[in-house]
Amino acid sequence: MDRRDWVYGWLLVLPAMVFLGLFTHLPAIATIWNSFFSTPRGRRPKLFVGLENYQRLLDDPVFWKVMVNNLWFALGTIPLSIALALIMALSVQRAFAGRALVRMAYFTPTVLPLIAVANIWLFFYTPGFGLIDQITGLFGLGQSNLLGSPDTALFAVMAVTVWKEAGFFMIFYLAALQTIPPHLGEAAKIEGAPTGTVFWRITFPLLMPTTLFVSINAVINSFRMVDHIFVLTGGGPDNASSLLLFYIYETSFRFWDTAYGATLTVVMLALLGVLAIGQFLIFDKKVHYK
Amino acid sequence: MSGFDKWLGHCAALLLALLWVLPLLFAIWTAIHPVAFEARFQLNAPLTTENFVKAWQAAPFARYFLNSFVLVTSILLAQFVLCTLAAYAFARFRFPGRDFLFVLVLMQLLVMPDILIVENYKMIRALGLVDTIAAIALPYVASGFGVFLIRQAFMTVPSELDDAARVEGAGVLQILWRVYVPLAKPIYLAYGLVSVSHHWNNFLWPLIVTNSEETRPVTVGLSIFASVDSGIEWAVINAATLMTSGPLLVAFLLFQRQFVQSFMRAGIK
Repeated sequence: MDRRDWVYGWLLVLPAMVFLGLFTHLPAIATIWNSFFSTPRGRRPKLFVGLENYQRLLDDPVFWKVMVNNLWFALGTIPLSIALALIMALSVQRAFAGRALVRMAYFTPTVLPLIAVANIWLFFYTPGFGLIDQITGLFGLGQSNLLGSPDTALFAVMAVTVWKEAGFFMIFYLAALQTIPPHLGEAAKIEGAPTGTVFWRITFPLLMPTTLFVSINAVINSFRMVDHIFVLTGGGPDNASSLLLFYIYETSFRFWDTAYGATLTVVMLALLGVLAIGQFLIFDKKVHYK
Repeated sequence: MSGFDKWLGHCAALLLALLWVLPLLFAIWTAIHPVAFEARFQLNAPLTTENFVKAWQAAPFARYFLNSFVLVTSILLAQFVLCTLAAYAFARFRFPGRDFLFVLVLMQLLVMPDILIVENYKMIRALGLVDTIAAIALPYVASGFGVFLIRQAFMTVPSELDDAARVEGAGVLQILWRVYVPLAKPIYLAYGLVSVSHHWNNFLWPLIVTNSEETRPVTVGLSIFASVDSGIEWAVINAATLMTSGPLLVAFLLFQRQFVQSFMRAGIK
């Protein structure tokens, strides 16, 4: 190793490391540290409280509610968006008149701000006046309040998420489909295999690495995407559509309970850590598969 | 596949595509027609720009646009500089602690500033920067993703080019600027598109650190404008919604291929 290389190397990474340290690593450590303290209020400084915040977490029905919501949110949005993404990719794989337009139609929601997407959908959901009620009204059905009812609020939020994400995942399938040699499918067809069999026996298994990759991205997104909740439901009614990150926001910036907010963030960090390990193991397997 | 099957498949594709753009088309419909035609779909309905004018005047959107513009350009410039320097070091220099530092960089792919809102807010407050555009930008300027992407590009540069420039007496930064950066142009474009659209669309963090008209980006401005109790007509809200998404939509229509490719490259890492 050249000593001059050392100096250059360090000087070049220094600016980026300073900002990474200030806004990623230090805050991450501080989050864990502060979860063992009480929230400072006014003149009262923060006090070491041990595991009290974690005890409160375990006893907090809202925490469990948002965790279950997050689980349903993930289960409801991920498989559906991925299936739709695959259907979309397959449908525009071959050339036909209007293919470019179709592909654009699928992808456009990805480009829009989530907050704008939520505004557009809010208009559909508005009771009585929104498009959904106008349509059901034509068939003589009564009013619905999808966003205002605890049974449907989360599903309404999930529909918006699927609309926004499917087109994004499609592009990964499109890229993967291009790498599958067409003669594989053709050979199977000459042998008389029906289209369905060709898909399930050849295409789908070859797309498996893409499916895994997209799934992991989708899981991470299911923890990150909360903008639309602000517009659509505000987490309500009665936390029926609140997710973990939204609850962290509410706790920390509406009730200014930053210590409990930090504790909730630790849960988030732990979940992402588990994901990272999972990702590592899965991608390890993918290498063996090749 | 038989001809009929194919035809059926294309019809299904068109149908799904239509269903997919319907929400957007509907928003456009209400925005460019008078309020009376909000849910009446007649081909001869008169067109109007009135909703856009109303929205533009009802809230300081000009200021919001300016804020967003300043925000995304300064983030992009800072990211390009910081990530390029770090990527160069990781790609071509050998120094103690390099691998450890690189792991620290990669950690940001998972532990994003988006979720560290509580402590990042404290950090911004400690720096005295609450309610500034810098506060929105700072957590994102050193992007682990950017470092990773640009490093990948730099590693494909043949080291002979590097050596040749060195023999001619070019300094470290000169080599970076003259040899590496030009060769990585497609990556910069890809990263730039992803970064700009991400930060134009970002909402939660700007919502937390801003509280005045002078700093709010369009997403936060829109959410305040459109909050249900403000009693504004839907057509006007839809016009505002389209307005705030407008620059990205136009950019997307113009650079469709680049957009799709960069989003993909960004995702695959």
